Amino acid sequence: MPSLKSLKVRITSVKSTQKITKAMKMVAAAKLRRAQMAAEAGRPYAERLSAVMAGLASRVAIGPGSPPLIAGTGNDQVHLLVVATSERGLAGAFNTNIVRAARRKAEELLAQGKTVKFYLIGKKGRAVIQRLYPGKIVHQVDQSHIKNIAFTDALEVSRDILARFEAGEFDVAHLFYARFRSALVQEPTEQQIIPVKLPTVAEGGAAVSATVEYEPDEEAILGQLLPRNVAVQLFRAMLENAASEQGSRMTAMDNATRNAGDMINKLTIQYNRTRQAAITTELVEIISGAEAL
Amino acid sequence: MADLHFELVTPEKLLRSEDVHMVVVPGTEGDFAVLAGHAPFMSVIRNGDLTIYSGPNTVTGRIHVEGGFAEVNGKGLTVLAEQATEAA
Repeated sequence: MPSLKSLKVRITSVKSTQKITKAMKMVAAAKLRRAQMAAEAGRPYAERLSAVMAGLASRVAIGPGSPPLIAGTGNDQVHLLVVATSERGLAGAFNTNIVRAARRKAEELLAQGKTVKFYLIGKKGRAVIQRLYPGKIVHQVDQSHIKNIAFTDALEVSRDILARFEAGEFDVAHLFYARFRSALVQEPTEQQIIPVKLPTVAEGGAAVSATVEYEPDEEAILGQLLPRNVAVQLFRAMLENAASEQGSRMTAMDNATRNAGDMINKLTIQYNRTRQAAITTELVEIISGAEAL
Repeated sequence: MADLHFELVTPEKLLRSEDVHMVVVPGTEGDFAVLAGHAPFMSVIRNGDLTIYSGPNTVTGRIHVEGGFAEVNGKGLTVLAEQATEAA
């Protein structure tokens, strides 16, 4: 039976934990709104870009002479898994889910005898991946100093990845992030970014713009567009990830606050019972003492 | 003549979506002006200023754009720019 004093100490400690989780929940809620707005604002660009890409690709014959970003290197031996996680913890299962998705893919590829490399964005996936696949991490991008993700941040990362691609470090790149569905639901998502997987053009939809003039020609435009597309996809993943992180943290902290409340109730009941018991014992002692006289 | 529907999109947000008279776009192979009813066209743009005309002789805005491309289709002109800042 814990003493009254130690119970009281525990109650105070759980109360201050609850205060912290409550504050974190509120901060996450405020940040979520901003992140969600940023993610939504980024959608029109990505949508139009992929529409344009699809239109272009349907007009350019993809053969061995095409840029390797679209046709591939002709090889698929080395796979790069770009895993975007958060910079901070205490976001529920957010990072675990992304890393698990990446891990599943890695196991699948390894079973096929492929080589797997990791490129990490954010530091929270590092520990697990380092332990499971030691020495496979080629690079880690530190984003802890970035407050609001700007397109230039994504551009930098994409340049680095493209340089590695051109240097022949890998053949196929997959991107892992959490797609933001709502504050409660975030889906870990896998997307192939290199070579580009084009959305199939709906028949008839694209035929309307059959007589588009291109300046410079289609292939030159496509060549410019492909690296840009990688940056845009990365940017979008980062924005979605940021929104998902805040959503996940908000839910996790809400749960934590509720659990702390339950615990406080339980401890308070126990505290009161112990106090009552102590009083009763004391009374019994006094009365029996008086009777003995 | 009907107005041209003009959209300027950056990865961060949809910057402009309005009906204008004409837009002059800095293409890699020279500037070009787009009026309503322009033939379908697509071009890469260079770093430079977009000029927006609300009437034949009235300039309503200049926007500095960097990297991207412009597409003209049946619905109007869409400029996808990596960066765009309102020029003075």
